[in-house]
Amino acid sequence: MSNAQPALKDWPLWEVFVRSKQGLEHKHCGSLHASDAAHALQMARDVYTRRQEGVSIWVMPSHLIAASDPDDKDQLFDPASDKIYRHPTFYEIPEEVGHM
Amino acid sequence: MDAAVQARPAAPQPSMRVTIHAPVPYLLHLADNALVLGQRNAEWCGHAPILEEDLAMANNSLDLIGQARLLYQHAAERLNTPGPTSSRPRGAAWPAGPVTEDTLAYFRDVPDFANYTLLELPHSPGLVPAAGGERDWATTIVRNYLYSALMVLVWERLEQSTDTQLAAIAAKSIKETRYHLRHSRDWLVRLGDGTDESARRTQAALDYLLPFTEEFWSACAAESAALDNASGADVPSLRAAWDAEVDSAIADAGLKRPAAVKGYVPQGKSGVHSEHLGYVLAEMQSLARVHPGAQW
Repeated sequence: MSNAQPALKDWPLWEVFVRSKQGLEHKHCGSLHASDAAHALQMARDVYTRRQEGVSIWVMPSHLIAASDPDDKDQLFDPASDKIYRHPTFYEIPEEVGHM
Repeated sequence: MDAAVQARPAAPQPSMRVTIHAPVPYLLHLADNALVLGQRNAEWCGHAPILEEDLAMANNSLDLIGQARLLYQHAAERLNTPGPTSSRPRGAAWPAGPVTEDTLAYFRDVPDFANYTLLELPHSPGLVPAAGGERDWATTIVRNYLYSALMVLVWERLEQSTDTQLAAIAAKSIKETRYHLRHSRDWLVRLGDGTDESARRTQAALDYLLPFTEEFWSACAAESAALDNASGADVPSLRAAWDAEVDSAIADAGLKRPAAVKGYVPQGKSGVHSEHLGYVLAEMQSLARVHPGAQW
């Protein structure tokens, strides 16, 4: 193995999403390196569902995710902080509706 | 179902209230297979080529050791019940007291283990030091593949076992084993169809390990006894299905199946082992033997 290239140099990064039970949404739970989609799914099963965390797995190449720039945080998110009227907390909810 | 299966004695009707038990040596054969391969694969823990496979191989080991535990527990229950099957395997109840899954795993010796020789070999093809040799991932994958391809067929048959507890163990184990087959077959194809180096290593592992599978195809005494009361699987009858699966994987991987050579047929399942099992057991059993009955 001495002259072998480290495998991770060649393997792209994948984001893993696991659905914990039927009816719930898939949630991001982490990432891993794998050579292709089938490989990523198999490894996601071994890495992220060992403790019965899921009933379904999605993987996607990390490079396909477009992310917001952390430096834009102020202009993107701070303007919402003083607009509490956007939260639907000013309505009376009838008893029979129950928890919303 | 083939003719050999149909020729078995008919399963008793529930109204007869006859409980059929698989022979204890047969249970131990199945259990030892799972334990020895589980112990071998656990050698990768912390050393696998990549983190993801480290976890995958640890999962595989825990599945196998879990299967072994269920089978040992079943065997221990039989051995602790007075009757014709309660003659105890050597070492099985040391230091004293009842037989347990632990005494069966930790206090029997090499000639008492009934695993296939294939499963005790180091993770390296050919002649290597008995312990501490460099592990070869291709050897691990090929061995797991050859064994899982067999056990998927065996557990399928054992789901119909007249021993209902063994049938339940088979129903649990087959799910795990189907994944082991999928995992190892996937890697077999990737390695065979990968780089020149990975193909060379995988072919070497195949050439080295395939002759050891000859042991699958002639029933030992324990297997014959299990067939007599329809509690066991007729493994020699599974050969065509196993060959077809193995040939298809070898073709997908772009490898060559080595020509069949009539040679020595290993007899690990009858207790005649290679020099390697002693090292496996020494590592696995030493702690339990230094502190028998210890709790943690």
